[in-house]
Amino acid sequence: MRLSNVGRITIGLLLAAALAAPVPAAAQDKPRYGGELIFPVPSEPPSYDGHREETFGLIHPWAPFYNTLLRVDPNDPSGTKPVASLAESWTIAKDDLTYTFKLHRGVKFHDGSEMTSKDIKASYDKIISPPPGVGSTRKGQYAVVEAVETPDPYTVRFRLKWPSGAFLTSLASPWNFIYKADVLAKDPHWYEKNVMGTGPFTFVEHVKGSHVVGKKNPNYWDKGKPYLDGFRALFVRDSAAQVALVRGERAHIQFRSFAAKDRDNLKAALGDKIRVQESPWDCVLLVAMNHEKKPFDDKRVRRALTLAIDRWEGSKALSQITIVKEVAGVQVPGTPYATPPDELSKLAGYWKDINASRAEAKKLLREAGVPDGFSFTFKNRGIPTPYEPLAIWLIDQWRQIGLNVKHEVIESAAYFGRVVRPGDFEVAMDFQCGYIVEPDLDLYKFVSRDKNPANYSRYTDRVLDELYDKQSRSQDPEERKKLIRAFEKRLLDEEAHYMMTLQWHRIIPHSAKVRGWQITPSHYLNNTLDVVWLAE
Amino acid sequence: MWKYILKRFLLMIPTLLGVAILAFVLLRMVPGDVVEARYIGAGQGQFVDQTLMAQERVRLGLDQPLWKQFADWMWGLLRGDLGISMWTETPIVAEIRLRFALSLQLAIMATVIATVLAIPLGIIAALKQDTWVDYVVRVFSITGLAMPSFWLGILIILGFLIIFRWLPPMVYTPFWVDPWQNLLQLIWPALAVGYRYSAVATRMTRSAMLEVLREDYIRTARAKGLWLKLILVRHALKNAMLPVVTVIALEFAFLLGGLVVTEQVFNLNGLGLLFVEAVARRDYTLTQALVMLVASAYIIVNFFMDIMYAWLDPRIRYR
Repeated sequence: MRLSNVGRITIGLLLAAALAAPVPAAAQDKPRYGGELIFPVPSEPPSYDGHREETFGLIHPWAPFYNTLLRVDPNDPSGTKPVASLAESWTIAKDDLTYTFKLHRGVKFHDGSEMTSKDIKASYDKIISPPPGVGSTRKGQYAVVEAVETPDPYTVRFRLKWPSGAFLTSLASPWNFIYKADVLAKDPHWYEKNVMGTGPFTFVEHVKGSHVVGKKNPNYWDKGKPYLDGFRALFVRDSAAQVALVRGERAHIQFRSFAAKDRDNLKAALGDKIRVQESPWDCVLLVAMNHEKKPFDDKRVRRALTLAIDRWEGSKALSQITIVKEVAGVQVPGTPYATPPDELSKLAGYWKDINASRAEAKKLLREAGVPDGFSFTFKNRGIPTPYEPLAIWLIDQWRQIGLNVKHEVIESAAYFGRVVRPGDFEVAMDFQCGYIVEPDLDLYKFVSRDKNPANYSRYTDRVLDELYDKQSRSQDPEERKKLIRAFEKRLLDEEAHYMMTLQWHRIIPHSAKVRGWQITPSHYLNNTLDVVWLAE
Repeated sequence: MWKYILKRFLLMIPTLLGVAILAFVLLRMVPGDVVEARYIGAGQGQFVDQTLMAQERVRLGLDQPLWKQFADWMWGLLRGDLGISMWTETPIVAEIRLRFALSLQLAIMATVIATVLAIPLGIIAALKQDTWVDYVVRVFSITGLAMPSFWLGILIILGFLIIFRWLPPMVYTPFWVDPWQNLLQLIWPALAVGYRYSAVATRMTRSAMLEVLREDYIRTARAKGLWLKLILVRHALKNAMLPVVTVIALEFAFLLGGLVVTEQVFNLNGLGLLFVEAVARRDYTLTQALVMLVASAYIIVNFFMDIMYAWLDPRIRYR
């Protein structure tokens, strides 16, 4: 059949319409180049040196300027898998004491000079054995390292004193920025006030109290990345102002966390312009019970305190009003070494039958000679969220077993130095926030006090110490899991040295335009921004 | 008069010295120091060893005897050297200079708004005492007194977001770089603060005017048939302004470093926030410098106020 002109035109128009139709969603997941990512940061760091600082206020704006030897897989929601970064591959010797890394070639610092193995060595020497006067906050984590060697410009070798199941993870630490060796040789303090890395973004400016700007590194070694033209980190301390920025579409994302009510308000206001990612958070408030003060030197009393707490019901109520949610043991739920809920519920303080649990608690108190109505002081840190609601909840739970607890709030700057560290308390709120979910980091706090002064319950337990060392040196994940379970049981149940409250819960509502960013339990991870892009 | 001015300048020295001693002593009485705030407060503090902390204290001079720390600071002040911040280890002058322009501009804008609102409203309320005009002005001023400026600021932001789907700029642009962006950011906090500030000044203006309008010389002026405008401007206002000027001047001095919560709400990089953070971090040097800055502001403002009294009221003459 021959088509008329009208027919041809009609078919042409229909074809054109079909071609112009919206692309299916799957096709839009291809990264798009361009755009400036804007995000508020609630805190500003005192210096720019990742080896020295501990605040996320450094990581969020400054991580994009640097690379690390390994990194955590940016697509892994558990945030536990080390993958290649500056190191393109590695081998581990049969004795598990030597790790050899092959570096990418052609990696350039932002001044154009090439990064080689001597820069890796210099950076790690600064972390592990800092020169006098140079701060290295996490050097204790690398006590296992015997030496860092550079057999050739593209190979770096770590020799260990003993095998370590966590060593690769420790090299993926987001704090271990790789610095230039020549710069460190001239002035080891240089990086405290200056920026020069190999990262996907180059430093443009930092206006104190205001913002940090970075722009795309056109010579980035990972070809095709980054996707963004740049980023702008705004220092915004007030959480209401941060929410307003996201709600007003002046910022795309805040990388730490928002409260549940902020998430709900943003969803109500912006609908499908907002996406929400949530995760258990590698932060938890703990209860330290001073073993040097009676009656908390008696494990029956400590077990009673934990048995009184109904964590399962508490989770439902408290997650509505503050940033806690999951019931957890010593590892973040959903991560490789976390105890599943049905096993956890066998531990003291995690029983599903709270009446039975509290009956047992009262029985233990009677046996220990603690009278009904016994009074003690619970010291807490003067930070509203989530310290205050958790303390109120704990005190109420202890009241259920006849304990009369006074709540004393101490100003934050003085809390650890003047109260908790010197042991000036009976029972006190403690805190742990990890930068990566790794038992070596998370369990270190609980070894004996003579090994770690941050054990604020002030006990000595060689069984725990031995379990810690064994799990740290184990290369077999299943064996390690068993050892960690045994550690957890002794810590939280048999000896009740410490009490876990509820795991913090991380909520990141962000602009639907932000793609490629994966939430993990750590707010220190996935901030290099090389895989992040902005959809149209 | 010059003798008086000289005497007042010289009196500033012991006043500032007293402030310096108080600030120095009180800060060190509070538990904790900057090293603890930096390394123990964060959740990874378990890996920080005492050697590092001791080393940091030596580096910051915290191991020195207190008298030496005070003497070093005083000697620096005399040379105009405020020292370095213990938290950031950058010169304090740089830290303050960055934020001073914003705080000063905000203080000036809020003062202008307050004055423009307060004086006319106060005069009208006094003239129309016990009429509906007076009641409206009094309700307006009491509302301003009852409403915290930061809360009004939150309402302003929420109002913009919900009604106009718009947010004021949250990054400071100096006036000389882009006046429009600058004013777009600062007009809102200036209005929030200025309103609260005008409430106090309105009530003071009203009270002062009522008192002056009852004086015999005002009655005489009226009896002579002078215009009301002339009576107000030439005879009443100047005399009524003495307490009003005091209130406005003292509030201005306060605004330089006291708008902590407003600065947080509007995300302003000002001196108030810097002050609170310095105290929370136990940044002794920065806190001391800020205390001296605010104290100097109060002393200078008071001084200019006293000079202005002499201009406003010819009966006041200093010897």
